[in-house]
Amino acid sequence: MAALTGTDMAEATDIAILDARLVDPATGRDGRGSVLIRDRAITDIVWGAAPALGEGTRRVDGRDLVLAPGLVDLRAFLGEPGAEFRETLGSGSQAAAAGGVTTIVCRPDTDPPIDDPAIIDFIKRRARDKAVVNVLPCAALTKGILGKEITEFGLLLEAGAVAFGDGAKAVRNPQLMRRAMIYARDFDALIMNHVEDPDLRGSGVMNEGEFASRKGLPGIPTEAETVMLERDIRLARATGARYHAAMISCAESVDLVRRAKANGVRITCGVSINNLTLNENDVGEYRTFCKVSPPLRHEDERLAMIAALAEGVIDVVVSDHDPQDVETKRQPFAEAADGALGIETLLPAALRMVHAGQIGLPALLAALSTRPAGLIGLSCGRLAVGAPADLMLLDPDAPHVVDKRLLKSRAKNSPFDEARLEGLVQMTLVAGRVVYEAQRG
Amino acid sequence: MTSQAPLYPHRHLLGIEGLSHLDIEALLDRAESYVALSRQVEKKTATLRGRTQINLFFEPSTRTQASFELAGKRLGADVMNMSVASSSVKKGETLIDTAATLYAMRPDILVVRHHAAGAVNLLARKVGCSVVNAGDGAHEHPTQALLDALTIRRNKGRIMGLTVAICGDILHSRVARSNIILLNALGAKVRLIAPSTLLPAGIERMGVSVFTDMKKGLQGADIVMMLRLQLERMHGAFVPSSKEYFRYYGLDRAKLDLAADDALVMHPGPMNRGVEISSEVADSAQSLIREQVEIGVAVRMAVLDALSQHLPNG
Repeated sequence: MAALTGTDMAEATDIAILDARLVDPATGRDGRGSVLIRDRAITDIVWGAAPALGEGTRRVDGRDLVLAPGLVDLRAFLGEPGAEFRETLGSGSQAAAAGGVTTIVCRPDTDPPIDDPAIIDFIKRRARDKAVVNVLPCAALTKGILGKEITEFGLLLEAGAVAFGDGAKAVRNPQLMRRAMIYARDFDALIMNHVEDPDLRGSGVMNEGEFASRKGLPGIPTEAETVMLERDIRLARATGARYHAAMISCAESVDLVRRAKANGVRITCGVSINNLTLNENDVGEYRTFCKVSPPLRHEDERLAMIAALAEGVIDVVVSDHDPQDVETKRQPFAEAADGALGIETLLPAALRMVHAGQIGLPALLAALSTRPAGLIGLSCGRLAVGAPADLMLLDPDAPHVVDKRLLKSRAKNSPFDEARLEGLVQMTLVAGRVVYEAQRG
Repeated sequence: MTSQAPLYPHRHLLGIEGLSHLDIEALLDRAESYVALSRQVEKKTATLRGRTQINLFFEPSTRTQASFELAGKRLGADVMNMSVASSSVKKGETLIDTAATLYAMRPDILVVRHHAAGAVNLLARKVGCSVVNAGDGAHEHPTQALLDALTIRRNKGRIMGLTVAICGDILHSRVARSNIILLNALGAKVRLIAPSTLLPAGIERMGVSVFTDMKKGLQGADIVMMLRLQLERMHGAFVPSSKEYFRYYGLDRAKLDLAADDALVMHPGPMNRGVEISSEVADSAQSLIREQVEIGVAVRMAVLDALSQHLPNG
């Protein structure tokens, strides 16, 4: 024992988080209580008054704070391999930890892409050494993300892939998508598509409509999304594959998903935090940090996204974290890269909807932890004895102004820079180990 | 001669949007005097003497660049033309770097054209001198709208209450956007005439009435403003062929006769004869197309003059 380092000691210590508001999104239970942690897992949950504790347990005062499962973010770009100047597993996971995210599913459109079991091994080893939260790869659906041949679903799953998709690129060829779904069904693999028809997007750079027309910017019609989504739904229905539309952005897509679910299609869908909290007007005078895909839509569509989340038609909320270098963003709007930072501000931004009374905290947290965890077969995302101690302690009302210079990502392209948000993560635990603790001041 | 004209209160001219009708009228009034000056034998003033004007064109242009060059020279500025389309951008230099490099040469006024909407706005935030937008993507082309307005005012005596029909490729046209904003600000009734594939989404909310039938749209119009249809947009992408386009949206004598008897025809140039306008109409007595070019120089002189009053030591 004398040889243990400080870090090891921290891992070995039992932790008790006392007198917090416990929110278990898996059951919807929300009340005062305490959680005990030992050996990477939750060992006890005591609702009501705090229990008596033995020696050697670290006590964390949870009064006025929310204790909930750590967030599971199904979509983030983490830079490795090939774009370490934008983000690394280290920096991206630090940003995640500061945002209460304990599991990240990283995008496969890296360089080289995650289309081979060896790359999955690389990510797993790098994550073990450098990342402070769990990192699980989404594997590419096609080799080289070229949209031509499907990848080795079986071998990639064995190596640790949790889903299949081509990242920011949509699977364009319907025959290939159909075969991928048929093949994926044998492994019960999850297919995740970016639903944006590249032909219908054309040269579009922001939501089609009056605002784009005034700015002289080519528009992206909502049909770019609905046409591809409808195609995928028909294929998923015919093949019986497990299908997840990575991010939807308009009311018509909500109708399509709602109807498909009612018809028994094995479909789920996500929404980006950007489409829940920002609209096309945020582009303002050509702010390239607000250039994202799917594009920021009209305010009516944003409100439809919130309603669909509250209704449960939208299953998960993702950060769509996409760190971009200064040079790809300091460009005329049409020539700038898509993408926005998101993982660190995900929860505070999402809490806007809670503070505005548009959704309850347990329902929001379910879309941020329980449901994404379930989709990729993880046992986290719930407050239950035996569940992994992936937790976050949140001050839901803490007011703050986002300062991009203080964000932990390597890039600084946050659309929330200078935004006034309420809610700050105070502590994040992964497998019972404290990986983030806010500076008290 | 410029001292009594009202002061233009902005440091740049990036678009018509954001200008008040007083700003616009001040520029038009000032341009009137430069029309007269340009018709004299002695066309030069010392307004911009010692000043450096760089025309920075990221997109090829002969007419607009020549017009700005002449305007700057008549005001006594040293004018340099830079066509970046063919040089540093191809070497990978960014817009911001190009702007910073040129700004380091201490110009007083940058005149910028770029193929991307918002690019001139971005550049203006990165340099310390005055910037004139000479066209940015499909966004704005403010000096074209100003010269169109002055041409109308000189020929009709007013703009308020006139019906102006803008016809053609509205979707890709910065000229149309600047004109819609300006003509609305000065009280004209603006109609747009185009096939639906060449109309931007939501354009009807910019204070215009929209027609897809040119014959209806031209009824009683006082001004018919034709837009250029780019060659690459003629062959199937937006309209099936130039033949079909001319049949429905080309301005010929028969269609022009549907407009007011004293209707006048305008075109920002360069024209595609036989595509959007017939030669007969383009060269008729109703055509203001050549006068637009003349007024263009005067309007640009007025803009440069107005901006020069905000320059340091100016």
